[in-house]
Amino acid sequence: MEMLSGAEMVVRSLQDEGIEHIFGYPGGSVLDIYDAIFQCSDIEHFLVRHEQAAVHMADAYSRVTGKVGTVLVTAGPGATNCITGIATAYMDSIPLVVISGQVPTNWIGDDAFQETDMIGVSRPVVKHSFLCRTAQEIPIAIKKAFFLASTGRPGPVVVDLPKDVQNPLLKFPYEYPDSIELRSYNPTLRGHKGQIKRALAALLCAKKPVLYVGGGAIISNASKQIIELAEKLNLPVTNTLMGLGAFPGQHKQNIGMLGMHGTYQANRTMHNADLIFAIGARFDDRVTNNVDKFCPHAKIMQIDIDPTSISKNIHVDLPIVGSIEIVLQQMLDLLEETQASNDSEKINLWWDQINEWRAKNCLAYKTSDKYIKPQQVIESLYKVTHGDAIITSDVGQHQMFAANYYPFKEPRQWINSGGLGTMGFGLPAAIGCKIARPEKTVCCVTGDGSIQMNIQELSTCMQYNIPVIIVLLNNRSLGMVKQWQKMFYGGRQSHSYMDSVPDFVKLAEAYNHIGIKVDKIEELEPAFLRALELKDRVVFIDIAVDPEEHVYPMQIKFGSMEDMYLSKTERTDA
Amino acid sequence: MRSIISVLLENESGALSRVVGLFSQRGYNIESLTVSPTNDKTLSRMTITTEVTDVARLEQMMKQLHKLVDVLRVTELTEGPHVERELMLVKVRTLNGTREEVKRCVDIYRGQIVDITQNLYTIQLSGTCSKLDAFIATLEDTCEIVEVVRSGVCGIARGEKALRG
Repeated sequence: MEMLSGAEMVVRSLQDEGIEHIFGYPGGSVLDIYDAIFQCSDIEHFLVRHEQAAVHMADAYSRVTGKVGTVLVTAGPGATNCITGIATAYMDSIPLVVISGQVPTNWIGDDAFQETDMIGVSRPVVKHSFLCRTAQEIPIAIKKAFFLASTGRPGPVVVDLPKDVQNPLLKFPYEYPDSIELRSYNPTLRGHKGQIKRALAALLCAKKPVLYVGGGAIISNASKQIIELAEKLNLPVTNTLMGLGAFPGQHKQNIGMLGMHGTYQANRTMHNADLIFAIGARFDDRVTNNVDKFCPHAKIMQIDIDPTSISKNIHVDLPIVGSIEIVLQQMLDLLEETQASNDSEKINLWWDQINEWRAKNCLAYKTSDKYIKPQQVIESLYKVTHGDAIITSDVGQHQMFAANYYPFKEPRQWINSGGLGTMGFGLPAAIGCKIARPEKTVCCVTGDGSIQMNIQELSTCMQYNIPVIIVLLNNRSLGMVKQWQKMFYGGRQSHSYMDSVPDFVKLAEAYNHIGIKVDKIEELEPAFLRALELKDRVVFIDIAVDPEEHVYPMQIKFGSMEDMYLSKTERTDA
Repeated sequence: MRSIISVLLENESGALSRVVGLFSQRGYNIESLTVSPTNDKTLSRMTITTEVTDVARLEQMMKQLHKLVDVLRVTELTEGPHVERELMLVKVRTLNGTREEVKRCVDIYRGQIVDITQNLYTIQLSGTCSKLDAFIATLEDTCEIVEVVRSGVCGIARGEKALRG
């Protein structure tokens, strides 16, 4: 059997796992692993400028490919800097393996230099974690880590490796297991036949059904089945923020995003439905609004691979535990077999009602001579990219504008931090996407607050020539915070404005990128076209947008799903 | 409502902290927790007593426990016939002729005196929580309690029902 050191085992295990790209930052406790990486030509390592960004890159890499993202960092601050990234992945169920260095085993607990209890610190935000106390444990721990990260409800897994375990001078027999079984871990994939039969029957006799599709549908690659089910039964479909793209944005049965900043028609459809079929969605508070007033007429069915997502916030009448793709296929097969159908007349009546709500055209906005509207920016971006770009975003108003005004054609095209809402996600995410899909146009839609939370990664783009386009909706303020302060805090703008935004064009140029400033609407499209032409350069487009624009619709706090502000002057319950 | 949750989990370092972490992270309340390896040394058995507001919350708690990778089985004991026991050691000061009275109480409760000094008794008693509570109340009327150690509840289902790996 081949003899390898612990450090070599780490790298070989990653190779045997088929890992091509890793994101990381070296340091004292992982020097031996980095030395092994230096001698390995199969794995491409990307050196970031901050460990948080490494995790976001690996996370976005995973979101666009479906593969597991891999991160390598040192002990102490290297590890703790990862926490926000790990938490981001955890909340959105993204498979990651984060390998962190640790002080030597005999120093653990002694407050050694750069010692942190990474297993303890990361515990609430990981699916699982491993601390290897001997080199021989490494291959199995890494195998288990990738297995756990990518199966069931995916999530991040930490592997903590003390320095002495990596010792390059001590060699041990190496064997990487082909497969692994854990007696305590066995996610249910196929749905319960009886439940599927009952769910299909309920779906067929519903007069006002709606499919409520979340991020789980994307993770499970279930778009094909969702489209087929929706089209066969002529069902309206709403996507959550995480589910955008799971059902095509331009499809006539797509009624838009739902929830806090969802469309008028989506929220009203949900509230008035007699049957809600949740597919990989978890009734987040940003969707339900006040749970006591949530969809009073609806029977609720849900498919989720994670039993804890069922009946957590909202009681589910008909749960099905399983992989969405598999369960929906079972359901479609049953539908095919029974040749059953729903009452198309009743569904048409439902569509008449939905189309009436749709005619309200809730995403319409007033343009201005003075300012570029943020909505215009997203619409223009959609036009010039033909709706084909991968869009990453940060968190805030720009995120909601991107979600509502760029109808995503396919899954894995919209990459954002939905659950944790991590500002600083967008730029590293764009880098991760571009590395994974170099043939695609990748745009980071961001704000002047968010971009500054990981702007150092412009340097990583420079080092590896990763040509992403940064679309900065610059309103010289923390727009979403300001919107809330204007609406609910008497307009007191406590610390939500920035008097000191840098000259982003110069900043981009300092990193040898192209910077473009856009102040007028007529400059917008040419700027985008130029950015698209410059295929091998990072283009940073700093767009001055209306600082007073708000995101609408917006659900009214403590109200039902259909209680919304529609503009600064109009609300549904008035 | 009071619940007793039995958990069978991998006997690995970190497994206990994941369970305890889950409870604090999700705002669940732990009244008592006991854990020890089973006859199979690779497995630990844990008994958690908790106070929950409703069945839905209990169900969510059990699902969350089961979701932990180290956890093999989770069951609730109070919903069926079961045996629950807690062990208590109490040290009491017995002055002014109360020694006889304390001894009688111990006998009535079927406890044992396991250590004696001139002024002190150390009493061992096992039973349900309420029995132990009642004994403490009795002692308080009789003598001075110096210290109390309780093990927390251990529970097991009656009959054929079993929690195995």
